[in-house]
This record gives sequence, C-alpha cells and structure tokens, in this order.
Amino acid sequence: MSLRTPLGRVLGMGSAKDGTEHWWAQRVSAVALIPLTLWFLFSLLMLPDLAYGTVKTWLSLPASGFLCALLLIVLTYHSYLGTTVVIEDYVHTAGMKVLALLVLRFSYVLVCGAGIFAVLLLVTRP
Amino acid sequence: MPSPPVRARPTSPHLDIYRWQIGNSLSILHRLTGIALAAGLLALCYWLVSLAGGEDSYAVAAKRFASPIGLAFLIGWTFAFLYHLLNGVRHLFWDAGYGFERTQRHASGWFVVLGSIVLTLCFWALIRHSAS
Repeated sequence: MSLRTPLGRVLGMGSAKDGTEHWWAQRVSAVALIPLTLWFLFSLLMLPDLAYGTVKTWLSLPASGFLCALLLIVLTYHSYLGTTVVIEDYVHTAGMKVLALLVLRFSYVLVCGAGIFAVLLLVTRP
Repeated sequence: MPSPPVRARPTSPHLDIYRWQIGNSLSILHRLTGIALAAGLLALCYWLVSLAGGEDSYAVAAKRFASPIGLAFLIGWTFAFLYHLLNGVRHLFWDAGYGFERTQRHASGWFVVLGSIVLTLCFWALIRHSAS
C-alpha cells in the first residue's frame, strides 16, 4: 500500500518537486542550437572580411537579423540551464546558492537583452 | 548519553574519488567547455552591441578581439564550441539509446577529441585565408 496521496501520484514528482522538464529542455535547445550555431559560423566564414560595413550589411538583412536573434535567445536559454546546474552542484551554502542563482538569472537577461536589442537596432536602422 | 560528534555530511559530486580515464575526463571537459561558452556568449553580445553602436565602438571591439589575448580567447572558444557540439551530439545518441558499448564509447570519445581539434584548426585556417 502506498502512502502517497492521489494528487502526489498524478503529479508524479518526488521530493525534488521537479520532473524531467529541465533535462528535456536542455536536449531540445541543444538540438535547435546545432543548425543555428552552424549557420552563424558558416555565415561568418562566407563573409569576404569582418570589416564594419560588411558585417553591418549582413546583419541588417531581415533574415540574418531574425536568425541571429533566435540564436541569442536559444543560446541564452541553453547556457542558463547549464550554468544553473553547475551552481546547484557546486555551491552548497543555501544563502549563497540562492544569491548566485539570482545573479546568474539577472545577468543572462541583461546580456541577452542587450544582444537582441543590438540586433533589432541593426535591422531597423540599416 | 553523549551525543555523537557532528560530522560534515558529504556533498556531491565527489570529484576526487574517480580514476581518470577517457569517460569521466570528457564528461568534465563537456561541463568546462559549457562554462567557457557562457563567457563566449557574453563576448558575442558585446561584439553585437559594439556593431550596433557604430563604426568607432566596432573598431574598439575588433581591436580587442584581434589582440594576442583576444585571439587566444577566440581560438579557445572555437575549440570549446566544436567540442561541446560534437560531444553534445554524442550525448544525444546516448539519450536515444545508442553507443553504450565500451568500444563504441571509447571510439566516439576519441572521435570527438580529434574532430574538435581538427575542425578548430580548419576554421582558423579558413579565417586566416579569407583575412589575407
């Protein structure tokens, strides 16, 4: 006989209060990053040079701006998921762990937000 | 009755109890390259912001990236990315249930190491070729 409540059994979560979402999101974003990152690297290689005008013209195109913004979003998500686990694994004091996770989350939003804003500026003001 | 002495409880992961071999080395390297790539994302955003900032700020950023330290970081990030990519695909195959045999694990591991080194060299050879 199980002592678990019917609700607990339906939710299927243990004491961690968390299922496989994190693990799965890490894999899905990883798969999405394969074409996105390769597109970015190959595009850089295809450019005749990396001078200001060349790069700006390339990233001002709607298609490259769109893909670059997608790349930043998925990259940030994937990286955030990964570094979160690193902090959870290695920072053992409760207060420090919460603080580190908060700083991490704010940093990702700030940095990625700035990157996406920059891409939007390039597309809207070519 | 005297209470038992308080002992610090062990915390995971127990990094120092493993014998170093290709399996755990590559696993640790996957995490290390992931952390390095988080810093690379910061650099990528800085580069994009400098580009949006105009010709002057882009020139400053480009000069920083072209410095010896900047180039060392860029080459390091290239290797970290290619290793993380190849080893990540290796992990995805495991998640799908393939490649668990000892010989397969070792072969795919060495393939990832050699592949990421060779591709890093190829990438920078192409960059140098197009720069000259």
